[in-house]
Amino acid sequence: MTSLRLSNISKRFGTVHAVREVSLDVSAGEFFSILGPSGCGKTTLLRLIAGFEKPTAGRIMLGGTDVTHRPPRERGVGMVFQNYALFPHMTVFENVAFGLETKKLSTTETRRRVEAMLEAVHLADKINTPVPHLSGGEQQRVAVARALVVEPAVLLFDEPLSNLDVALRVKTREEIRTLQRRFNITAIYVTHDQAEAMSLSDRIAVMRQGRIEQIGTPSEIYESPRSAFVAAFLGDANILGGTVDGVERVFRVGALHLRLPEGFSNLHNGAATLAVKPEAILLSSPPQDEYTGIVKHREYLGFVTRFVVVASDVTLNATAISSAATMRMTPGTAVGIRFDWSRCSILPPE
Amino acid sequence: MQRSRWRTILPLFLLTFVYTGYVLYPFGAMLGVSLGRDDKPLLTVYTTLLDPSNTASMEAIVNSVLVALLSVLFSCVVGTLFAVVFTQWAFPLRHVLGRLAVIPIALPPLVGVIAFLFVFGESGILPRLLRAALGMREAPFALEGIPAIVAVHTYSFYVYFYLFVANALRQLDVSLLEAAETLGSSQVRTLCRIVLPEVKPALLGASILTFMTSMASFSAPLLFGGEKRFMTLQIYNAKLNGEVDVAAAVSVVLALISILFFIVLKWMIEEPAARRGTKGAARTGTLRLGPVSRGVLLTVSILLLIIEMLPLVAIVLISFTQEGSWTWQILPASYTVENYLKLFSDEAVFRPILNSVAMSVLTVAATVIVGVSIAYLLTKGLLRRRRLLFDTIATLPYAVPGTVIAISLILAFSTPSLFAGGRVLVGTFAILPLAYFVKMFPLVVRSASAALEQVDDSVLEAAETFSAGALNRLRRILLPLIRPGIVSGGLLVMIAALGEFVSSILLYTYANRPISVEILAQMRMYNFGAAAAYSVLLLILVLMLTAAAQRWTTNGQRVFNI
Repeated sequence: MTSLRLSNISKRFGTVHAVREVSLDVSAGEFFSILGPSGCGKTTLLRLIAGFEKPTAGRIMLGGTDVTHRPPRERGVGMVFQNYALFPHMTVFENVAFGLETKKLSTTETRRRVEAMLEAVHLADKINTPVPHLSGGEQQRVAVARALVVEPAVLLFDEPLSNLDVALRVKTREEIRTLQRRFNITAIYVTHDQAEAMSLSDRIAVMRQGRIEQIGTPSEIYESPRSAFVAAFLGDANILGGTVDGVERVFRVGALHLRLPEGFSNLHNGAATLAVKPEAILLSSPPQDEYTGIVKHREYLGFVTRFVVVASDVTLNATAISSAATMRMTPGTAVGIRFDWSRCSILPPE
Repeated sequence: MQRSRWRTILPLFLLTFVYTGYVLYPFGAMLGVSLGRDDKPLLTVYTTLLDPSNTASMEAIVNSVLVALLSVLFSCVVGTLFAVVFTQWAFPLRHVLGRLAVIPIALPPLVGVIAFLFVFGESGILPRLLRAALGMREAPFALEGIPAIVAVHTYSFYVYFYLFVANALRQLDVSLLEAAETLGSSQVRTLCRIVLPEVKPALLGASILTFMTSMASFSAPLLFGGEKRFMTLQIYNAKLNGEVDVAAAVSVVLALISILFFIVLKWMIEEPAARRGTKGAARTGTLRLGPVSRGVLLTVSILLLIIEMLPLVAIVLISFTQEGSWTWQILPASYTVENYLKLFSDEAVFRPILNSVAMSVLTVAATVIVGVSIAYLLTKGLLRRRRLLFDTIATLPYAVPGTVIAISLILAFSTPSLFAGGRVLVGTFAILPLAYFVKMFPLVVRSASAALEQVDDSVLEAAETFSAGALNRLRRILLPLIRPGIVSGGLLVMIAALGEFVSSILLYTYANRPISVEILAQMRMYNFGAAAAYSVLLLILVLMLTAAAQRWTTNGQRVFNI
């Protein structure tokens, strides 16, 4: 069942096209992320769904009803803001109960629901605390509780973890996922952090300059990017612009001629982009592979080591699990280079 | 360290001397006189004063409080309306209108009252115009008595609400309003439950300030009060009638009320801002309202702004009036530049201008030296540990009404005293700048403290590692850093001193009469043209200084942040 449907949504601010003809369907109970760099229009898209902005063109359907022209309070969406937007002069209870007040519930019923919700976010003992006295993580959970307690049709998240430190961010995103499953609620989650999107989402939409570049499950998007932008944004891939020779099955980039294996079908002659993930470049020392290069720079990160390697005139970023071999590959060393072609994609030219 | 001890002792000595000599000693003298003279038993004055059957004195208290409360109410409505319309909404010329709305705060109190009188007073332009237009024998309205005073007060004091509320709204996090909206809250409910609590501290702060200023107001009751009694007028009249003990007692009561409110205000505003709970940068934006209510509020605001500008226009117009030519007409009949020429050609007319400028410059010099020293002690020196307490003490005189300060100085310095170099100060040139100084040095303390707070201690420590002399460090490092604060504080003092009226009217002699006293004298002789010309000159001086303050102190920020 479709919970949210956007049809050809566009939003212009003056001459700036913030969102261009976006269409997407989100099923009930799905966790759907909108991922993209800052300024790509993802927050505007979320604010359009919430009703804070009116689309220049297109239609927004929530649970089968057209809400394009309805104000936010009549849409039945819950929202968790980047800065949480908790009411600073109220306690935890008052914040969470705020949305229930318009529902004409009895006092005991309101109390019961608020308590149950705070139990779910592990904040039952803070019920009467003024919100400024809470830590960042606790405030974040109050914001989620406040949005969830009104049982919205769709729950919207606007980069809700960006104000937390790294450790808390990982823990909190697990909690968000658990809550979303438990209440079986449709969630739209805006973020610029690809790890966050991958770990949380059933599906991801990657946005760029107001358009959606690709929609798919995390593994689809990571393994089979449809554009160089998606490959670079999600996989940190090397984007090599060159030409394909379909007859000789060769990709030419600079002075480097890469022989393509049988796996690549329907190769068209002409300009193309080769996206190579850093972990798909395998280095050997002493060099014993088809291609060789010189280590320009090495960054030891503990579990993995990152390399910048120059092969003839092409600069490549490679990542390898740290080992005795990677320890030997100091800057200036000649290394052998092999490609794991199953993790490379040939894409249309940029 | 030898050097750092001197750095503390010198300003501390200065502070103690000034505070004891010109604040505590005069107040003590006043208290002493109020308690009773030899022939009367102790506290007689107070018991008669506060006796409910003493209708005259009760009326003064009730009127003062009533006017203050009404002033708060009306100022709140106008100021809040302006804050919403001129700072939250987008429309053409918004910034120009927003700045025009700050003008009344720069107006010397007496000038504001007189300008108001010309337009709305008994024989003002507007009542005459309406009478002629409606063909009536009597003007349909004329502002006098309590309504007139409240109107003038609203005109002068709404700016407090305007500035405070505008600032609070600017800091209001718009995502709070959006959050309330997604939770199903209506516009009205969001306004009452979210916006109002967030703006409440600003409203309270402005209310207390308005209440205090209104209680201390002298010019408006003097010119519009008629037969009505007010506390400040009671002090003035008692002094003129030679009932020194009554003047002193009413002054003590009024001072205590003002100080009480001031302390409440101080404690409330300086309350640590731990309440700001939400994280992340707050965006600012508009309060969403329907087009109809927007249109109505905008129209009302612009009308009010026009009404606000009328007195200024009128006073300029009247300054070009031929003396004696404006009798029964709606507008003066014949115009001349004579009034202005006389300002600079006639020695007797020019004298008050010279007096005011000289006394203001003297006041600025003294307030800057003392104010900066105190500010240094408060922010970087000995007193920083008990900052709030000492800050309150150091800025307390600003809360004391000018009338009260004048009375206290009269009572303290009518006999030779140590703090006056063994001479009598009353009747001399020095006593006016002294009164200005006592009232106004807190302004410099405040602006210099704010500037000093911006200077990181490590900057001063860094300077100390280069073994330049203390004086050299002061000149090369500290003073340049806090210059904007000193300049803006000094200019505020200059502006206030140039137009000072309330203390001056009690302390002046003919030789050292300031502009404001002369304006009143000309008004009393029905020389409206001359009075208006003086007022316009004063206004121009003040506006020029304000502009200069903007220019000299802008490292971006404005004196009035609109």
